[in-house]
Amino acid sequence: MDWNLLITQLLNGVQLGLLLFLLAAGLTLIFGIMDFINLSHGSFYMIGAYFCGTIAAKSGSFLLGIIGGMAGVFMVGALVEWLIARKLYRSDHLDHVLVTFGLILIFDTSVHMIWGASGMAIPLPPFLDGQFTLGSLELPLYRLVIIAAGLLVAAFLYVLVSKTRLGMLIRAGASNRVMVEALGVNINRLFLVVFALGAMLAGLAGMLIAPITEASIGMGNDIIIIAFVVVIIGGIGSIKGAFYAALIMGLLDTLSRSYLDDVMKLFMTADYAETAAPALSAMLVYILMAAVLAFRPQGLFPPAGAK
Amino acid sequence: MLAKTIRTALFASALTVSSLAHAESVKIGFITTLTTPAAVIGEDMKNSVELALEHLDHKMGGRDVELIMEDDGFKPDVGKQKADKLVKQDNVDFVAGFIWSHVLLASANSVLKADKFLISANAGPSKIAGKRCHKNFFSTSWQNDQTPMAMGEHLNKQGVQSLYIMAPNYAAGKDMVAGVEKTFNGEVKGKDLTKWGADAQLDFSAELAKARSSGADALFVFYPGKAGGAFIKQYQQAGLRDEMPLYTVFTVDSIGLPKFQQGKLEGVLGSKMTQQWSPDMDNPANQKFVADYLKKHDKYPSFYGAQAYDSIMLIASAVKAVGGKLDDQDAVRAALKAADFASVRGKYTYGNNHMPIQNFYLREVVADADGRWTTKIVDTVYENHQDPYAADCTM
Repeated sequence: MDWNLLITQLLNGVQLGLLLFLLAAGLTLIFGIMDFINLSHGSFYMIGAYFCGTIAAKSGSFLLGIIGGMAGVFMVGALVEWLIARKLYRSDHLDHVLVTFGLILIFDTSVHMIWGASGMAIPLPPFLDGQFTLGSLELPLYRLVIIAAGLLVAAFLYVLVSKTRLGMLIRAGASNRVMVEALGVNINRLFLVVFALGAMLAGLAGMLIAPITEASIGMGNDIIIIAFVVVIIGGIGSIKGAFYAALIMGLLDTLSRSYLDDVMKLFMTADYAETAAPALSAMLVYILMAAVLAFRPQGLFPPAGAK
Repeated sequence: MLAKTIRTALFASALTVSSLAHAESVKIGFITTLTTPAAVIGEDMKNSVELALEHLDHKMGGRDVELIMEDDGFKPDVGKQKADKLVKQDNVDFVAGFIWSHVLLASANSVLKADKFLISANAGPSKIAGKRCHKNFFSTSWQNDQTPMAMGEHLNKQGVQSLYIMAPNYAAGKDMVAGVEKTFNGEVKGKDLTKWGADAQLDFSAELAKARSSGADALFVFYPGKAGGAFIKQYQQAGLRDEMPLYTVFTVDSIGLPKFQQGKLEGVLGSKMTQQWSPDMDNPANQKFVADYLKKHDKYPSFYGAQAYDSIMLIASAVKAVGGKLDDQDAVRAALKAADFASVRGKYTYGNNHMPIQNFYLREVVADADGRWTTKIVDTVYENHQDPYAADCTM
């Protein structure tokens, strides 16, 4: 057993999991509190990356790119809620899906028109670009930065949701929306803030991944499906559930990519194992979701009192 | 009432226009990827096809040329639909293009069963070079295995003892792996085939960690399009450059280089790859192609573009040879097989399976006189190389 490799892969899995968490946190709140299916949540992930890249290139500072990008995506999120989503909360899920799918096309085409088809490379500042060495363990420093940022956001959300008045309303909204409304809470403002906050977190995830994979059109559409799976496994509306489910998914995906082919070689030819392993590891997350839906349809950590 | 009359008139005139066009012009359908991030490749091919038509003055053998571009959306099923549409609805004479081997494999029958000519401007899957070879199929690129085979030879020459291999999990990825394994004499310490398609895997952290712990001398990868950029960045971020030199095929080229230069990824300078063409090749056709492309688009064309340009020039040479009479299929086929045109890679010939027999070179990433990053030929690895599947083709 190569322990260095195992530790590296565990950290890689945690890093992927935390990125998924950033996406899923907003998604689960919007889904849980407003009962709104937002397929275009991945578009916030994409425009976050493009905003950050543009600001970083103009100002020469990656950090400024992140801050400006987050503010920018927050505004776009608020705008989408105010102009479009707000009018749809009372219609059924099919309308949500249709409208937000249309939004995806609009966002993708806008990005194509503004930034072109070729995608955008975002260079890392030199102090983030190095390697972190501990004994014989060597990791890209930036991956650790993503882990740190993800944990920081998780802690921030924990405090926000469990210690503040806004968080109390969010929790109440996730458990029983009608009651919150009946108690005279300004539900419009609450929804606006939650929607924009969710968009901002998705945007942050996009900014963090872009220096690794580049920003590209449709980058959010690839990952949003997995984020939905995270939401379902974690329990709709539950931040805590999204956190654990995202970590489980990240680890499952990374570890299966690393070790599944070796395991499968034990009982089939190397050729088959090499081809089948990546296909199976891509499927594993869905198999897990099916299992959760079969045995615990409300998810692993549903919000208290949710039906 | 008035609206109806106008509509009828418009419809009638549209009919006349299209039937006139049909009577006079040579129709070429070109299938490539114009959406998804892989559209950067498709755009380069489109630019090159348009440049070729400009150089031909939009005429072939005295007839006008009608070009119909179609987008395969990076999906085999969509590619097949577009191929069906081109041969049935548009009744084109030639179907050209195809970046992706899996898209070509899915679409080939639609074109060949309809008795049309199919010209691949990039994809070269082993099946079409071997058992499924067809009299009406021609390639202006290469068979997938050849370029990595040349790389395997180069690795032997460099004294590389062991290798770690990474490629996407689809038809061409497997051919590339097979190709380098065919010629590389050392030990393959491990390989990874990663998820491919519109939702391809772009984060290679797990695979790079495995490569590092395998202790191989060198890393060989095939990642075309945007995955190539993502891979190069992560390779650099992982700090593998000093431990495990990187050898690539179809990964580093003028699609990615301007972006690498913008992102200051200096690590890519000096990296080596094998290829049948390079922008610095010293022949009149290539100089004209590269210079005009540079002038028009302010960047170098890629090998995809060079092959797309050649595909149009090959068709033009055949149409000219038969004097524009495309009804005589045998004559057109013989003219295509002669490859009697000024290819931007220099003269090549066709083997029995209609794959080019051509040279393969070692290219290096350098900065040109203006400081623009590009590739330069530094060595010839193979002369007049034929792909290994030609023997399986019974033509």
